[in-house]
Formats: sequence, C-alpha cells, structure tokens
Amino acid sequence: MTETPLPAALAEIVDLFATSPPRDRLELLLEYAQGLPPLPARLAEHPELLEPVPECQSPLFVATDVDDGDRVHVFFDAPQEAPTTRGFAGIFHAALDGLSVEEVLAVPGDVTSRMALTEVVSPLRMRGASALLARVQRQIRERVSAA
Amino acid sequence: MALPHDPDPKLAQYAHPERLVTTAWLAEHLDDPGLVVVESDEDILLYETGHIPGAVKVDWHTELNDQLTRDYLDGEHFGALMRAKGIGRDATVVFYGDKSNWWAAYALWVFSLFGHADLRLLDGGRAKWEAEGRPMTTDAPERAVTDYPSVERNDAPIRAYRDDVLAHLGEPLIDVRSPDEFSGRLLHMANYPQEGALRGGHIPGARSVPWAKAANEDGTFRSRDELEALYGGEAGLAPADDVVVYCRIGERSSHTWFALTHLLGYEHVRNYDGSWTEWGNSVRVPIERDTEPG
Repeated sequence: MTETPLPAALAEIVDLFATSPPRDRLELLLEYAQGLPPLPARLAEHPELLEPVPECQSPLFVATDVDDGDRVHVFFDAPQEAPTTRGFAGIFHAALDGLSVEEVLAVPGDVTSRMALTEVVSPLRMRGASALLARVQRQIRERVSAA
Repeated sequence: MALPHDPDPKLAQYAHPERLVTTAWLAEHLDDPGLVVVESDEDILLYETGHIPGAVKVDWHTELNDQLTRDYLDGEHFGALMRAKGIGRDATVVFYGDKSNWWAAYALWVFSLFGHADLRLLDGGRAKWEAEGRPMTTDAPERAVTDYPSVERNDAPIRAYRDDVLAHLGEPLIDVRSPDEFSGRLLHMANYPQEGALRGGHIPGARSVPWAKAANEDGTFRSRDELEALYGGEAGLAPADDVVVYCRIGERSSHTWFALTHLLGYEHVRNYDGSWTEWGNSVRVPIERDTEPG
C-alpha cells in the first residue's frame, strides 16, 4: 500500500520522530510544546472564536484562518500543564501554518500514526492528535465552502 | 528502611495517617535515604517540564499496564521496572501527580497489588507543591539499580474483575464518575475522549459518589468527618462492608479506594479497574440508566 505523500514540513517532522530513538521522542514532543506560539491578541481576547477539541484529554482550542493568498493559518491554545496536548498542537502549527488550503485538506488522517509516537505516548493519548487535525481540516473545509 | 510518619495534625485524624504526607514533610525529607518520590501523571510529558527534585516518573499507561493484554504487569516485569527505577522493596514510596492525584493514587493502588509495604500519597499532589513555590527541576534523578525481587501479584483483596462484580450485585457499589456518566447521558467524561463504551448508564444498585467530593479545592483530601458524612452518611456505607468502586478505567476510583481504605479504614474495598470501558461493552450484563440506586 502506498502512503499518501505529505507536505514537506510535515514529512520532515514525521521523519524526525520516526528516526529518533524512542527515548528522545518525548523530548522532541516537549520541544514542540515549548515552541507553540501564543495566540494573537485578537483571539486571546475573544476565546469564543476558538473551537474546543473534546477528544483531547486536556483542554485544547483551535482556530483557523485563510488569508487572501489562499494560505492557511492555524491557532492553538492549551494550558501549560498539558504539555502533551501542546506538543501535538506545536507539531501541527509547525507543519500546517502557511500551507495552501489544498495541501492542508490533503493531509491524510493517519499521519499521527506514522509519527512513531504511539508506543511512547500510548494509543489513547494519540487520539487527541488525530482529532486535532480533523478539526483543522473541517474548519478549513467549512470556510472554503462558505466563501 | 521505612521513614518516620508525617506527624502533621491534619493527617492524625485519618484511620491510617501513615499513608499520607504533607508537602512540608516531603520537602524536609527529600534527601533521606530510603525515600523514593514517584510522579504519575495523566499527561505523559508533564514530568519532563519539571518535577520534584529526585522524583522518578512512572507512567500508568506505558509502564504499569501490560502492552498486550489488558492487565497490569506481572511480578517479573514489575520487579524489573522497580529495579530500573531504583526503587527498593523496602523503600518508602511517596506518590504525587496532576489532576488531584488520580494517577498517583492509581499507581499507588497498582503497587499495592504487589504488596509493596510503605506506599504514601502526597496530600494535594503536584499542584499544591507547585502552588507553594517549592523546588522543581528538570534534572534527571540519579538512582542506583536495586535488587527488587519478582513478587507474585495478589489481586484478590483489592481488585475486582467483571465476574466478581456480577457476583457482587446487590452489595455496596460506588460509581465515582460524573453524574452525567452515571445517568447514562454521557458515554464518557465531559471534555474527555470517548473510549469506546457502547452503552451508557451504571451498574445496577451502584451509588453515585463522584470522586471529587473527597477532595478540597486545592486537591488535598477532605477531613475525616467530611469523608464519613459522604460515604457513611449519604452513600450509606459501613466500614465492615464489602465495597466495589469503579469509574471508566479505574483511575478516579483508585482515588476513592484510597480514601475509603486508608483514610476511613474500610477493610474490604476493591477497585474494579475494568470499570465502564468493560461493563459498558460487555454483552448481556445488566445496566441501569436512572439516576437513583436500584
């Protein structure tokens, strides 16, 4: 079975995790958690514009935007005491922000299982990561069809 | 060598005060030989962001569970885990964690299955330690490998399987999930993943006592009087009762198991770790969906 190709940034991240020894994968995830940018003021002041992702064990909120150049922007908010959730958000921010609508929608839903994180994080915790991607894609789809 | 007990007056009221320590006591004893501090969290990365100096991490999901069968480690693998973590068989182990110590209580309960003698919980958990501005570090602990033996796991006294619960119907059962999970309105905790229960509701005859009622705002346990009013008064339990507690996978009910067993001195409390993710999927087991006990 051939796997759907990934956008370059995402492919790099997947590869980075897959080629790191299991012990280092958590450290890597933590780096993504720490690299998650804070919300821009317009969203930080209006939390109602963010959509909750209840599949994550800890509170996670997501918002998306498509700019005039057809580029997708993603925004995530999760508490500091939920670094795993922040880590997933950090990965998707690094991987998806700035891609075209088409590229974001083409990301296969199984990408989180290719990241070799399941064995160190546990399958239950990985569900939140898949749900996060699904929310981003649904929001973008709704935005595009409304436009 | 076991450490002395925490003489704090708040703890003295409980049936087994030696099972709890305060943050002040832990801070004072951190460097004592014979003590191992264990952090167990829901979030698998939280420990890496900073932990109590010297604390080792034990993850409920990836370390205490067998990765193939839905069960805990066997004695051989538990012994290997303890040796690798640097925990000796005679060590005083103090557990703490996030979420009001759910996972810390769960880890303590799993360690209890192996008969480890001196297991204690940090009253208030990680949040209280942090709120008090006590030291945290990202430095990895240095612990020497121990000679922890392979000990047979003894489930029967404190763990109930599905068939045990079927045989127990009519006897005291405490459902510690949220009221909406108990009534069947929700198949899972609000804001939590749906873990795949096909049916909603509760085990017939169960009393609803959400776990959080045992905790204060700051995550510490409520006073003995309050706990007695809750479990003895409202839920109608007596210390000699044979009690089974459950939630969705056994973690919140470990917190209640701890309160009943160690703080109130109940002698026959078992945790049904299969909980709703097993019962709610089992073919032909009875379920109730009203909000009152049957």
